[in-house]
Amino acid sequence: MAYHRFDAVIVGAGGAGLMAAIQLAGKANIAVVSKLYPPRSHTGAAQGGISAALGNTEEDHWRWHMFDTVKGGDYLVDQDAAEVLAREAIDAVLELEHMGLPFNRTPDGRIDQRRFGGHTRNYGEGPVRRACFAADRTGHMIIQTLYQQGIKHHVNFFDEHFLVDILFTEDGVCCGCVTRDLKSGEFHTLHAKAVLIATGGFGRCFKITSNAMAGTGDGVAIAYRRGVPLMDMEFYQFHPTGLYKLGILLSEAARGEGGILRNSTGEAFAARYAPTLKDLAPRDMVSRFIYQEVKEGRGIDGKDYVHLDLSHLPPEVIDAKLPDVTDFARTYLGVEPKTEPVPIQPTAHYAMGGIPTDINGRVIRDPEATPIPGFYSAGESACVSVHGANRLGTNSLVDLVVFGRRAGRHMLDHIQKAELAPLPNDPEFTARAEVAALLDRQKGERAADIRSAMQVVMMDKVSVVRDGTGMAEAKETIRDLRRAYGNLAIQDRGQTFNTDLMEALELGYMLDCAETIVAGAIAREESRGAHYRTDFEKRDDQNWLAHTMVYKTSGGLEMRKKPVVITEFEPKERKY
Amino acid sequence: MEVTLRIKRYNPDSDVKPVYKEYLVDVEPTDRVLDALNQIKWYQDGTLTYRRSCAHGICGSDAMRINGRNRLACKVLMNELGKKVTIEPLMGFAVVKDMVVDMDQFFEGYKSVKPYLIADDAPSAGERRQSPAERARYDDTTKCILCAACTTACPITWTNAEFVGPAAIVNAHRFIFDSRDQGSTERLRILNTRSGVWRCRTIFNCTDACPRGIQITNAIEEVKRALLFERVS
Repeated sequence: MAYHRFDAVIVGAGGAGLMAAIQLAGKANIAVVSKLYPPRSHTGAAQGGISAALGNTEEDHWRWHMFDTVKGGDYLVDQDAAEVLAREAIDAVLELEHMGLPFNRTPDGRIDQRRFGGHTRNYGEGPVRRACFAADRTGHMIIQTLYQQGIKHHVNFFDEHFLVDILFTEDGVCCGCVTRDLKSGEFHTLHAKAVLIATGGFGRCFKITSNAMAGTGDGVAIAYRRGVPLMDMEFYQFHPTGLYKLGILLSEAARGEGGILRNSTGEAFAARYAPTLKDLAPRDMVSRFIYQEVKEGRGIDGKDYVHLDLSHLPPEVIDAKLPDVTDFARTYLGVEPKTEPVPIQPTAHYAMGGIPTDINGRVIRDPEATPIPGFYSAGESACVSVHGANRLGTNSLVDLVVFGRRAGRHMLDHIQKAELAPLPNDPEFTARAEVAALLDRQKGERAADIRSAMQVVMMDKVSVVRDGTGMAEAKETIRDLRRAYGNLAIQDRGQTFNTDLMEALELGYMLDCAETIVAGAIAREESRGAHYRTDFEKRDDQNWLAHTMVYKTSGGLEMRKKPVVITEFEPKERKY
Repeated sequence: MEVTLRIKRYNPDSDVKPVYKEYLVDVEPTDRVLDALNQIKWYQDGTLTYRRSCAHGICGSDAMRINGRNRLACKVLMNELGKKVTIEPLMGFAVVKDMVVDMDQFFEGYKSVKPYLIADDAPSAGERRQSPAERARYDDTTKCILCAACTTACPITWTNAEFVGPAAIVNAHRFIFDSRDQGSTERLRILNTRSGVWRCRTIFNCTDACPRGIQITNAIEEVKRALLFERVS
């Protein structure tokens, strides 16, 4: 066992984790743990932009951004958090520029901005240019810039260490975590006054996803196992434009720059559903438009996909503003977007739900928002909630930098006041037992079979369109798969870089996430944002203008409701 | 279609030296090499070890030698490769296990060129101004994903562990030619040493290997010219 003592430990080196680390660097003794190398984190795959009401190319105001965020989230957004998001986005984007982020520029040298889904001027009048961008690799530039700052500030990185446990005292104070070094197989106990979980999402629960293979919900699932509730897990975003069959993301920026969705008759169908915003309606809606077109037989060749048409855009716009995504279409589908339509279908993209936190990144344990001392989360693993029932495009990157920064600053304050809480006895016991069981079992179930069955049932029964019967099936399947997981056998029993073992642990984390997604979706008997049920087609504010909190208890799952914070914008019907 | 993958295997826990093992896989022509590796790992041999994450050429995890060339396994389709495909780890770095090589030397080279903006003139309000032309000047080298395909394709790297390598120079270039940066003198001094740009023999292996299409040799030449003429332009 290797023991380390830090003021704070950050798990996950994507945008949120690194932004928090930069606040603490040089002022506290910290460690940043990543199961990859930090610049390989999934933040780097974000394409289109990061919104902030800079007003560089046309009039804009942060309150409009706040309103769009609330409406886009189908009024399940906590409005105090949305206000922080929209207001602080401006300063956060400027801070990124000051750190060196190479944004595209306007002719007069300011940060350039473009249109994105659901972002409007004057409370919904029409699209507004709010997304700051660096070609179509904005996330790549963010992760590179933040990693560069980490190097500049001599951040202590634990590269290729994966999280196996989060440690709490008997009184429920977070006091560290346990990691396993992939290269050596050695366990490490990181004893600290504060732990930030910034481990990202869990799109790999679904068959078709834009998410990296590392997106397996590690921190979310481990927190859940240790009694921390998960919030709004039923809200999972399907991005309308994933490359057909592959799920690789084709940025909304393609439609922001003028791209149009077409069905088998060539019709630009989005205008029929959303007359004002058309193809730039929010993602949950556009994914449902595609579902409906396919269902009514207007998918291409009668199949389950439609076309994204960019052929009318000037070739120089494609080369300058959409180079990477058009390259994906060429590489993986052999399609030339300058002249041919690109086959696309909805792809599992983003978890609106996750570990519940307050606006300072502190994890809360109950509907009364009681914080868990020393325990923080930010980014996709967290649920603040600024995305509510459906996240607007670009708001994930805003979330990372705004709430990663706030969490880092609050942690700095916390570690200056708090005592180091004692570790529990034998802190590595649970983690070692779990790993030993997997390494020792000689015969059993194959991880790939369980994983594949989970991904299929989640895609078929718990994706864009849901109903009670299908989800009951999914619940049973997941329960059976969890049982099978208890008898899982791996083939690699070595200590050195054992990714067979890592993938097995990741599968366990994903099964936990899947279980809570299904539980939340069954409980919520309404349709709201990304959660659309054919057996409850209407939004029900009377009963469901509330967050769900799901707890793992010895008697099974327990579901509680948490009220939504409403400050300025009363819930209305959502039209675009 | 059926394809045989001939994979160079090495596990320090059990092997004295590397051995080639063959695996038969049934793949779609449009499958990625990564899909074929996953098929082996998940259904034939769980001990097969490689890094991977995003699976679409953005994160830089899965650079390896595919039929003798450094490429990303997630960015090469099986239909480009024929019926027998040889998979080997990157050359020049110590092998940890199978396709996993020790990246320490790579990241040390990267860090040595001070790969971060050096500037103390951030305005109190608003952004620094930069014209579209100034922004375009260093666009190509911002694309780097630190996959090491270039550095491990370079014969100088294979024989000289001191050489910072093409990737580090690419990342130095990204800042040297950024109009906002004030650290060019410092970076150019670092690259003017025995382990810096003058080791480059303009072989172009790096440019051929780059999965992001960065004109690496050109970038290195621009850094050399900046040193020769003591001027960044």
